[in-house]
Amino acid sequence: MADTISLDVFRYRPDQEDEPQFQRYEVPFRKDWVVLDALNHIKDEIDGTLSYRWSCRMGVCGSCGMMVNGEPKLTCSAFLKDYYPNPIKVEPLANFPVLRDLIINLDDFIQKLGEVKAWLLPKDPKPISEGEYLQTPAQLAQYKQYTLCINCMLCYAACPVYGLEPDFIGPAAIALAHRYNLDSRDGGFQQRAEAIFSHEGIWECTFVGECSRVCPKHVDPAGAIQQEKVASTLDFYRSLVPWGKK
Amino acid sequence: MTGKQYVRPVQSNWWLQKRSYTLFMVRELTSAFIAGYSIFLIVMVYWASQGNEPFTRFCDGLKSPLSILLHLLVLAAALYHSITWFNLTPKIMAFWRGEEKVSDGAIQGANFVLWLLASAVVAGIVFAVARG
Repeated sequence: MADTISLDVFRYRPDQEDEPQFQRYEVPFRKDWVVLDALNHIKDEIDGTLSYRWSCRMGVCGSCGMMVNGEPKLTCSAFLKDYYPNPIKVEPLANFPVLRDLIINLDDFIQKLGEVKAWLLPKDPKPISEGEYLQTPAQLAQYKQYTLCINCMLCYAACPVYGLEPDFIGPAAIALAHRYNLDSRDGGFQQRAEAIFSHEGIWECTFVGECSRVCPKHVDPAGAIQQEKVASTLDFYRSLVPWGKK
Repeated sequence: MTGKQYVRPVQSNWWLQKRSYTLFMVRELTSAFIAGYSIFLIVMVYWASQGNEPFTRFCDGLKSPLSILLHLLVLAAALYHSITWFNLTPKIMAFWRGEEKVSDGAIQGANFVLWLLASAVVAGIVFAVARG
């Protein structure tokens, strides 16, 4: 039985065309194949001009995110059998500019990640000679979930607010800033506040919740944003009383 | 990164393209019903301040089938808004017992219980005032 499945793939070649188009490819249908396997088959056997990103093939690198039948998915974990026998529509992640075929421009996210200072800003900086910053398992548990983000951008593709308001800092960047705000070793809350608590930060979010639904690592960025809203509100009220601020 | 790139426009009916987006918009829309009913309550307080007879006339006007239908519609909207909102509370409230996070069900349950208790207290006050 030479069974096949059709893939309608978004093609955009900036050197050849102004508007994108869909190109249909017939690939072998195998139960253990994922959409990424089908794209690799196209690239290797049918059309070497198809461009897309991928690396680990095991849901860790976060580089093979695409829209599969309109849903943001890691193509390395989207099995063909879940779509068979219908054709599968493969597009670049929504809400991002397209550079070529299935490749999106990530510059905006990288810049926002810097704006929210998504790295450890030690509360009490000390030289390496004084040893590591210690932490209890309970302190680790508070933020561990948010360390699992693989920057796959599925949450941005699912967020209608980011689509409509590209200035929105967005789910993953805020979730990563939240991760450091929750870290007992960190003292960067006020340094991140300007970006996170701005209009383009947490207050742009209307809590659609789709970012958390599509997250392949169950990071729950929607929860992180709402918890930062609570932190921002408490910080505001603390600023009103003389004993509230350090 | 520079160079030619293609920006896909967001369509105005984006919220109809996915069920979860539509349900979100319904939740947002129910806020309009609640805002409208808040204005109605302010109008009601105004008539209550105008004396017994004008207020009785105002209340008699509320007994029409259309008024009852509108009240039922607002009640349905308020329930949908409240229930969907309380279902989201575990995302907002993170409580820990050592290394264990308090379960979503416990946070939702506590919020629903507090909501019902608050509603019962308000209903009790309204009935007590109505009986004079």
